[in-house]
Amino acid sequence: MLRMLVRRLFLGFVTVWIVSVIIFAGVEALPGDACTAFLERDAQGKLLENCRRDLGLDKPAVTRYIDWASGAIRGDFGVSADGQQSIAALVGDRVKNSILLAAGALAVGVPLAILLGIITGLWRDSWIDILFSTGAIFAMTIPEFVSATVLILIFAIWLGWVPAVVLTPADAPALAFFPEVILAAVVLTMVMIAHIMRMVRSSVIEVMASDYVQMAMLKGVPYWRIVFRHALPNALLPAINVVALTVAWLLGGVVVVEMVFNYPGLGRTMISAISARDLPVIQALAMIVAATYVGVNLAADMLTIVLNPRLRTLSQRGK
Amino acid sequence: MTETATPRPNPGRLNRFWIVLGDVAARPSGLIGLTLVLGHIVLALISPWLAGYDYKAMDSSLILEPPSAEHWLGTDHLGRDILSRVLQGGRVALLVTGIATPIALLWGGITGILLGLIGGRTDEIAMRVVDAFLSIPGVLSLLVLVAIFGTGNAVMIPTLAFFFGIPVIRVIRAATHDVVARDFVLAARARGHSRLSIVWRELLPNVRDAMMVEGAMRWSWMLLAFSSLSFLGFGVPPPTPDWAVMIADERAYMPLAPLGVLAPVVALSSLIVGINLTADALAKAMGIDRARKAVV
Repeated sequence: MLRMLVRRLFLGFVTVWIVSVIIFAGVEALPGDACTAFLERDAQGKLLENCRRDLGLDKPAVTRYIDWASGAIRGDFGVSADGQQSIAALVGDRVKNSILLAAGALAVGVPLAILLGIITGLWRDSWIDILFSTGAIFAMTIPEFVSATVLILIFAIWLGWVPAVVLTPADAPALAFFPEVILAAVVLTMVMIAHIMRMVRSSVIEVMASDYVQMAMLKGVPYWRIVFRHALPNALLPAINVVALTVAWLLGGVVVVEMVFNYPGLGRTMISAISARDLPVIQALAMIVAATYVGVNLAADMLTIVLNPRLRTLSQRGK
Repeated sequence: MTETATPRPNPGRLNRFWIVLGDVAARPSGLIGLTLVLGHIVLALISPWLAGYDYKAMDSSLILEPPSAEHWLGTDHLGRDILSRVLQGGRVALLVTGIATPIALLWGGITGILLGLIGGRTDEIAMRVVDAFLSIPGVLSLLVLVAIFGTGNAVMIPTLAFFFGIPVIRVIRAATHDVVARDFVLAARARGHSRLSIVWRELLPNVRDAMMVEGAMRWSWMLLAFSSLSFLGFGVPPPTPDWAVMIADERAYMPLAPLGVLAPVVALSSLIVGINLTADALAKAMGIDRARKAVV
């Protein structure tokens, strides 16, 4: 088991390293560089020279990669393309806000999703299962900007229960975001619940149909004792990985929801960096989000290995 | 994963297509899904002749009008006919994703099969690269490329096809792994068949089901991504009608003219839900449980 954990940890680091190479090489491969992208038509003469010197673009690519990567490990991502702001300071508050939104959605979503997954799995094909499973398909597949827009129309405009957008500045304390953040959290929670619920549901169905549960039933073990003692611990194990994917998604991929609700998190910072063609900031954000993704998945895999006796002996498995 | 589903070798390839299609249509969700998808495709093809108004014709005397006999769904904030725009609002998205999805499936599928067949160190290294790519949020990579190269279809199609092919590699590689170890592949190897022949005659027919389901699923994700880009202003350029762009533009006028937002919402949602219902029914008809796959 220890060997597996070490191996998985090692693979995680390798993945992060490859990610950093892809991101760096990807930006290198783009026509022009951070300065020509940022300055656009003004990219000539003194201005371009100064910008290149500020960002260290006059050094060879390998040196720059090593500088960038070693800085990133220490949490120092350099300065933005205009040379004015330290990226770490720029991103700091946004990371906090993204974590706040994610934490809110997770705290409500995960328990609810697992509960719904168990209910729909145990009462498969009942009306309650059909209701929630159909709802899950809708929640999973309809674009977030669509559900967000419809929710704003209903709850903010027609009913007037909650504010439609967030107006609080990025550096405000966490509590200042209530109640503006509620609708955004609801949209994210819906999508999240759908994914986790489907996974838990199919996992519960599989475990309840397995030989050892059937055996326990034939022996006459009380139903609820089978469910809670024998089936659920096994059925919930795969949920760890889905929850991890959801956490990674919440921390990195919620660009659209943040734009719709004007929420000052990482996603909106991404869009403004992209609109300004600020490659150093884009690089840093991509690295932060990808590292989070790998880290959260790594944690989930390791937790699964520790919790699942069968995986302890398996030398290799598909993720 | 595929062993329950595929009887091989198949005497009538076309027959199986109709059998699966019949099976999909026999499920209520599959029938609804199929109807929605086909309806949208037909509508996208014929809508230029259906629409009563030019989608870019503005009428400043009719701004944010409620539904009337002339404008069935009212007019938007520039006085354009909402119905005409909604009817044609899926054309670009369907065209782009309709071309990009098969390309993604093809390159992802072939790479996946080859990796599954070759195995060993190459496979191991390639999968690390795939993992690395999957950990960079897709929307971010798309946005960066689109911001730099522009939003024309010539940029959109290859970009979408590239990024959406990567998760396909993983799924098809896993499906191939299940097949490669089986006796008939060993037998083909023993008979001295070339790798190409093994891929074409032994592996492809066995991972084809997984590829079909994967393709339907990727299509819906791609449509979602493309619409999100358009919503953020990085996709379809105005004045071309697009549901996502319409939602983005008319959002500010929602309290006055909710139909300007609701009509494209219904159109886009019904298409995406339709694709997903079809994909689900397809997976069930082919004996592949889609819910067990991880979300990527």
